[in-house]
This record gives sequence, structure tokens and C-alpha cells, in this order.
Amino acid sequence: MNGADGAAGAAVSTEAVEPRADRPGGADGSGGPAGSAGSAGSDTVDTAVFDELTRQRAREIVARYPRSRSALLPMLHLVQSVEGHVSQAGVAFCAEQLDLSFAEVSAVATFYTMYKRRPCGEHLVSVCTNTLCAVLGGDAIYRRLATYLGTDGRPLGHEETSGEPGAPGSITLEHAECLAACDLAPVLQVNYEFFDNQTPESALELVKELQAGRRPHPTRGAPLTDFRQAELQLAGFFEGRESDVDGPSAAPETVRGARIANERQWTAPPMPDEAPMPELPEKKERGQA
Amino acid sequence: MTNSPNARGGRTSPLTPVLTRRWLSPRSWTLRTYEQLEGYVALRRALQVHPDQLIQLVKDAGLRGRGGAGFPTGMKWGFIPQNDGKPHYLVVNADEGEPGTCKDVPLMMADPHSLIEGIVIASYAIRANFAAIYVRGEVLHCVRRLHAAVREAYEAGYLGRNILGSGFDLDVVVHAGAGAYICGEETALLDSLEGKRGQPRLKPPFPATEGLYASPTVVNNVETIASVPYIVLGGSAWFRAMGTEKSPGPKIYSISGHVERPGQYEAPMGTTLRELLELAGGMKGGVPLKFWTPGGSSTPLFTKEHLDVPLDFEGAAAAGSMLGTTAVQVFNETVSVPWAVMKWTEFYKHESCGKCTPCREGTYWLVQILRRMLAGEGTPADVETMLDICDNILGRSFCALGDGATSPITSAIKYFRHEFLELCERNQSAQRQASESALAGAH
Repeated sequence: MNGADGAAGAAVSTEAVEPRADRPGGADGSGGPAGSAGSAGSDTVDTAVFDELTRQRAREIVARYPRSRSALLPMLHLVQSVEGHVSQAGVAFCAEQLDLSFAEVSAVATFYTMYKRRPCGEHLVSVCTNTLCAVLGGDAIYRRLATYLGTDGRPLGHEETSGEPGAPGSITLEHAECLAACDLAPVLQVNYEFFDNQTPESALELVKELQAGRRPHPTRGAPLTDFRQAELQLAGFFEGRESDVDGPSAAPETVRGARIANERQWTAPPMPDEAPMPELPEKKERGQA
Repeated sequence: MTNSPNARGGRTSPLTPVLTRRWLSPRSWTLRTYEQLEGYVALRRALQVHPDQLIQLVKDAGLRGRGGAGFPTGMKWGFIPQNDGKPHYLVVNADEGEPGTCKDVPLMMADPHSLIEGIVIASYAIRANFAAIYVRGEVLHCVRRLHAAVREAYEAGYLGRNILGSGFDLDVVVHAGAGAYICGEETALLDSLEGKRGQPRLKPPFPATEGLYASPTVVNNVETIASVPYIVLGGSAWFRAMGTEKSPGPKIYSISGHVERPGQYEAPMGTTLRELLELAGGMKGGVPLKFWTPGGSSTPLFTKEHLDVPLDFEGAAAAGSMLGTTAVQVFNETVSVPWAVMKWTEFYKHESCGKCTPCREGTYWLVQILRRMLAGEGTPADVETMLDICDNILGRSFCALGDGATSPITSAIKYFRHEFLELCERNQSAQRQASESALAGAH
């Protein structure tokens, strides 16, 4: 997310700004593939890849918020759950659902790291290489995976994919910023599920398992599915995956303080039976009853 | 560490589990467990009193924001204009991303209902009928737990219409971000929640008057809001029995790095690194401490000279740093300070949103200089150049990201200038031999 990305997004979008004026209220449109293609007017972007279920989900997202535009971030996650990245069609789809211009959506989609501009692998492997993870092995893990997944002696680059994107066993590798699991460093994620306390060896073993079609259980999180399913959940849809919530979360590190306190019977001061509530402040009283 | 009174409070145990109290319970994230452990008792109590009494209670308790800045929470709530005819909003900042910070994610995974109960109480206090939890997209398991907890809370009547017969309505939405550290800054978060690029706004107007959708909005951190039900249950005096006069209450200290037992330790405000290290089993392998952050990478570094600094808002500031998020990252003698600083600076450069020139350009050039130094091609003048760039970033951008980017650099040069100079020494002899023109042409 920097200026260069934004400039690219704006350049792409200029050609698509025009059709907006004659487009009827986006979210109210009937939403069929043919209809949406028609509403794009002179814009040739075809959004037929988004089926009726996806359109229904898009409307559900809009309904969560007081104002429709707030639905854009989750809707971009929804788009990624269908296509594995945010394509031109994905941008156009969000624009028509929210009655925004292509430029407005494109500007947002290019700002955020999690919206991928090229198709992702079946799995997205994110290795934290921020300072603390890096010093404990994160850099070494990233190098090992990049070398292993590379071809012809060239390591796989950041956000590049090994294998045909989306095909079974394909893997997109990225280095990530701090993943908020520093007590479990070094960490990596597969489809945003945590694999804690990794080593270059354990990470390599994990990636080989993923390539072979197996899905090792994360240290914290739900049983692995794939990048697209993770994106669907980020958009707020969990049908058929309700049990995912029960995946483990408390690593030994997480509960270390609580456990020590429990063992040594250290507690916070006892609460009074009936804690006093302050009087109603007088100056605030007028007009409040 | 013994159970003797500590230096400040004089009354409390070294660890005071309040927010972390339920974390050991089986299936702690479920409504069933939460209700068995006093869950939603505070809400029933809160709904029976006037909203202004709750604001006063939080003021009396002295609760200060746990997201880094330490602003008094009750005062923030009190800034919301009442009877203004506008909708009010509560937005929970769950975009935990400050390097080293890892307290809100375990809290939301282990005990999401404590956050939701706090949200209902806070929303009632500020008269908000819509609240959003803006949670980092990369922590999917948190997103999942929050969604499930919100669903349970609706089904049980703790959310929705006429909550527990009080006449108070509240809708809560869980909103997953998309990978932008800047969205932890409250006005960038609001722009992001409005479906825009997450870039900070000029203040004033402050969110209290023009926040989400230009309406009065409170933005609070997860740990702050999750503290509220306990204050309602225990009262302000109970809360103040922990911590210090100006920084009361318990705090989750997240200890990471070169210690034997990294993890989450909830202790009274004002606990020192020496005390935390004892709890965490000391330095890993006995390798001595070199430097540490008291509250994330945006808080100036401390050294072994600062082992006894009380880690509360005043203590950390008096010693030249900030409490930040109490993300205590510990580094031993094997770690190169300039290298660590370079890694952090790369982070700020990547995460700078690009809106303000000093931050966008400054972080870019700082990375170039640090990389050059680490490659053995730096000169002693580079140290002064970096300080000059930092001087041109600090206080000259809309938000604190730029300020934070300068913290590791200026503090590292303050305490470890010799390490930067030693890196340049390799280059000294080569420098003398090189032609002046070659150096002038470096870019």
C-alpha cells in the first residue's frame, strides 16, 4: 500500500468512470448476470462470474451497515472468495453493488495488502518477517520457503505463486508484517490460520504437506480449507463451517500468566459484594430524563 | 518473586488476572461458559442506572485507553454531545498490528463475550445504537469467534431490540479489515470502516463530534472496552486498588523475544521489566539483555538501564519512552541494533499510507540509508542525516505513524550510536581511497 499502487489503480479506472451516471441504484438491481453485464454500459467488464448466491451475499453485507459503502471491504473479501483475487470483474461487481464508480472501488482495492491483484494459490502462506519474528528465525523461514518453492535457481518472490494458481497444491508465498503473535514467534499463517513457534524445517515440512494435498492442523485456528474459504469467512459467511469456531486458540504462552497466577493463588483484589455507583452528575441532568 | 507487596500499590499480587481470568476455562469463548462465570451480570446492573452515571464511574475509575495513547476513557465518552439529534457510534479498535503487540487477539479468541458485554455497556453510556468491531483481517480465528459470540448474544437478548427489557437497542457488526497497519489509527480506521482507503483525517474535528459518518463516535481499544464490565462489577475503588494513582488497573503485558517463557502476563500497571522477567523465567539461556521496547516498536527503546522503570503511562514517559501497548519485546546481546532498526523502518515504510509527504518520503529514505549502512557502505554522516530526517518527520504528519517511525531510530542512536558508527568503520578506509566524485554520485 503506497503511492505507486494507488496511481496504478487510478490509471486503470479512468476508462470505467463514465458508465456510473446512467446506472440504476446498484444494490437494488435485479442482479442477474445478464442484467449486470448490461448495466456496465460501454464498460466491457463482465461480472457474470459472480453467481446469484454471491449477489445475495453481497446484499446481505450491505444490510449490516447504516450506510452501504461500509460494505466495500467485506465485499472485496467476498469477491476474493469467488476468484481467488480481486480482478477487474471483482472491482466492477463491487461498484455495481454499491453504486460506486470503478475508480472508487479500485482505489480501495489497491490500498490494502490482503486484496491480491493476481490469482492466489490454493493456499496463501504468510511468513512474519517483522523484527521480533525475524530475529527468532522468521527471515530464515522465509528464505527457506522461497528457495524451495522457486524454480531454476530463482527463489519465489513475494506474492508469487508456485504451481497453477488455484490448482490443488498451489501455494502463494508472502512475507507479512507483525501478525500479533509475538509471544509465539516465529509464526506463519496458512490462509490466515496460525502456525506458531516455527523453524525453517517445520515450515518446509508444512509446505510439502500442503503441496501433497494434505492439510496439517494449525496451532491456533480452524482445520485448513483453502484461501477462498478463508476469504468467505472474512466476509462473514460461515454456513456449513460452524464448528470451525471450536478450533484451538490458547497456546501455552497465551495462558502462561493466568496459569502461574492460578498455581500461586495470585488474584486481583476481591470485588465488593455491591460496588457503589456514583450519583448522577448534576450538570448533566437537564434534558436527560 | 515473592508474594510480598510491590513497590507501588503495596496491596496486590504480582499478577492480577481480571481480563485473563477466564482464559483457562474450557470453551471459554462460549456464552455458556461466560454466563457461568458472572458473564453479563455487569450489563444487567448497568442498564438499571443512568448512562451518565456509567460515564462518571469510568471517570472515577481512572481507566485510560489501552491502545497506546492512554487517553482517559471516561473523558472521551463525556465528549460525546447529547441531545444533538445525531446518531452516535461506538467503534472498537481491534486492528492490533503494532509490532510486538499481541494482547487483543488472544483476548478476543479466549473471551469475546467480555468485549461484547463492554460494548453494550459503553454504547448505552454514550447513547449509541450501532457499534462496530474493526478487527484485523489476518486474524481469521478472532473474526470467527467474534461472529459466533455476536450471534449468541443476539439469540440471548444481549444485543438487538430492547436489550433485557431496558428499551435500549444495539446492533453490533464484526468488520474484518484487509491488511493495513495505518487503520489502527482511529481516523484512518473510520475512513476504512466507511469503505475508503484507510488514511488519517485532519483533527479537529475529533471523532467525538465528527467520527463515523460525520456523527459523534467513540473509538476505543479492545482491552479498554473489555475492562468496563469489571469496573461496573467491582467499582472504581476496586479498580484503583491495582496500579498507580494516574495509571490505575490491571494491564496485559505481552512479553516476547529472548526470554525463557514468553507469553501474556496480566499485572498491575506500573510493573517493571525486572519483575516481568522474573515471571517469564529470565533471559533465554542466560544471554544478557541488550534492548527492549516497553510498548511496541513505536515506543522508544529501553536498555538494561531501565529494568526498574515502572511500566505505567507516567513511568515510561518520565524515562523517555511511552507505555504504548505494553508489548514488551526483549532482545539479547546477539542482536544488532542497526539491523533491528532497519527491519522496523522497513515496516513503517511499507505501512505509511502515503498521505503526508514527510512520512511517505522520510520512511523511504530512512530505509535506503539503513540498508546502505548494513551493507557496510554507510558513513558517520549518515547518522546525522537520519536524525535530521527524523526531525523532519516527527510532528509533521497527520497521524502518529510517522512519529512512531522515528522512535526506534532516534532512541537507538541515543543509546547505541557506537553500533551505527562501527558499521561505518568498515567503510572508512575505502572512503578515503575513493574519489570524491564517486561518493557524490552515490544514489
